[in-house]
Amino acid sequence: MSVARFDGTDSYVATADLKMAVNAAVTLGRPLLVKGEPGTGKTRLAEEVAAALGRPFYQWHIKSTTKAQQGLYEYDAVSRLRDSQLGDARVHDISNYIVRGKLWEAFESEERPVLLIDEIDKADIEFPNDLLLELDRMEFFVYETQQVVKARNRPIILITSNNEKELPDAFLRRCFFHYIRFPDRDTMTEIVNVHYPDLKKTLLREALEVFFDIREVPGLKKKPSTSELLDWIKLLVAEDIPPEVLRSDDPRKTIPVLHGALLKNEQDVHLFERLVFMAKRNAR
Amino acid sequence: MLVELFHKLRSAGVPASLTEYLMLMEAMQARVASVSIDDFYHLARIALVKDERHYDRFDRVFGAHFQGIEAAFQEVVGDIPADWLRSQVELQLSEEEMRQIEALGGWEQLMKTLAQRLQEQHGRHEGGSKWIGTAGRSPFGANGYNPEGVRIGQETSRHRRAVKVWDQRAFRNLDDTVELGTRNIKAALRRLRAFARSGAAEELDLDDTIRSTARNAGYLELKMVPERHNAVKVLLFLDVGGSMDDHVRICAELFSASRSEFKNLEYYYFHNFLYESVWKDNRRRFDERVPLTKVLNTYGPDYKLIFVGDATMSPYEISQAGGSVEHYNEIPGAVWFRSLIERYPAAIWLNPELETRWPYSPSVGMVRELMGERMFPLTIEGLERGIKALRRRH
Repeated sequence: MSVARFDGTDSYVATADLKMAVNAAVTLGRPLLVKGEPGTGKTRLAEEVAAALGRPFYQWHIKSTTKAQQGLYEYDAVSRLRDSQLGDARVHDISNYIVRGKLWEAFESEERPVLLIDEIDKADIEFPNDLLLELDRMEFFVYETQQVVKARNRPIILITSNNEKELPDAFLRRCFFHYIRFPDRDTMTEIVNVHYPDLKKTLLREALEVFFDIREVPGLKKKPSTSELLDWIKLLVAEDIPPEVLRSDDPRKTIPVLHGALLKNEQDVHLFERLVFMAKRNAR
Repeated sequence: MLVELFHKLRSAGVPASLTEYLMLMEAMQARVASVSIDDFYHLARIALVKDERHYDRFDRVFGAHFQGIEAAFQEVVGDIPADWLRSQVELQLSEEEMRQIEALGGWEQLMKTLAQRLQEQHGRHEGGSKWIGTAGRSPFGANGYNPEGVRIGQETSRHRRAVKVWDQRAFRNLDDTVELGTRNIKAALRRLRAFARSGAAEELDLDDTIRSTARNAGYLELKMVPERHNAVKVLLFLDVGGSMDDHVRICAELFSASRSEFKNLEYYYFHNFLYESVWKDNRRRFDERVPLTKVLNTYGPDYKLIFVGDATMSPYEISQAGGSVEHYNEIPGAVWFRSLIERYPAAIWLNPELETRWPYSPSVGMVRELMGERMFPLTIEGLERGIKALRRRH
């Protein structure tokens, strides 16, 4: 098993503990479960790991209706029935009707692949339990064709969760776990620098100031996240807003420019306006 | 040393298992972490802790466990060239720790003696200097963990270094006995889901299609079923006003989470305790009241009953006729309450007051008795226990 180390990429800033988590998962070939606030780059991580290590990348996106079996294979009984009625010759070979899932594809990969199981918490509560053996041994049995599918190269499996459901203990025991914390100011500066290398220092400083202030407003329904900050900065740059505007103490401008990128909920906008208004009145 | 850490973690309520411990060993053997204690901290957390709510507990145990050892390490590094020491440690770890777990005891012993010796030295050496004792720094004490004390000690120490990651305790408010947000509540409430098929048949029923086709001499016959959806029914009673004002935020969160989670949610308000009528709109609570008998007759016993209230009142408000603080009630609240409990076998009471304060108010005890002990604190952990209790009774 080749031991390549992941050290972040040109477009992705990874903290020391995140690197450790990825490297542990890569070295031991066990799944890594990543949780964290929305917009902290959980899904991006898998893509970046695949890019950094130069591995093929497979993404299995989970929806509320997804079944574990769909990741392995599906038997398309309806097509076969139809073909049998039409007298198609294909009907005699059952393997014509076995549709491969993402896990099977990843197992067949020539090189050691990176497999992302995205938003595992969206599926049914029993979903992770149905994958225990498959993720442990990296093999499964196809009942219809009586064959065993075994991973050629143990894939690097990254799993993301948004915490909508508790995952079963038996499943958790088999994974490494990492919780992506919301980046602090220094890491955030680094992240913005990676995305907008030509950004003016003053604008960045002012924007971060506003951003972290908003995050600290008590009672916000949805705090702005990293991806929203990046969107907002993109807008600021596109509109060519000078940094002084963000700092302005003009009481009529209670709310930062282009706030729509940061606050996604009209109650939050109202709350914010009210708080800023009160703060300004007290200051006078 | 590590076995001890593992046991300390388990007794502190971090549910790490043997599989996970062995996984950590495997990772150490594979040299995922270098020799630094920071790396080890991250690695141990990745392998042993599977829930961010337990991060804070882990940090505390880790801090307490390694405090003495690390302090000793620091002192040694101060006197001996760091590179030499590092290579020595590496040598030792690769030989002993990485291969055999038993050898860990030896390393621990070594570090413990060092720590003890240092403690004695501290006493002799710097006993008079001002920072000892200011905030009670006791690096080798029984309790061990003292963030204030450690920080003072570290700042004035000869070897300046940043506060350790685990000392920052950045995950403090993720512990599940403290924080509640709508998302968490929703996640907890989601457990109450019970799926059922009703409505228009829109989904292909594969099994039935195959069966019917076979029966139909191989001629394809499609069968459809209605889509599954959440069929659980919830009846929510919320206490408002008075002592509940302190808990408005958390109750609002619970309420909004329930609203979006359950399609069949019915809610009513009451003040302090249940009497002959309840209301749906707090602004018109005196004009538009719904008799409790109507509630009992409208909703079938398959509804799950959830009360939310602090159950803190005068005992007379429960047991006596005329005990209500707002009006004259001819029948004691307890009688109304019992009829509700009997009609809806699946019922719980969620109390936003801290569980430790319950014994101080006799009315809480009375309500608990009426509920058959099914009262739970309004925290994520309590809510989960409550949902479990609701699921048990069918």
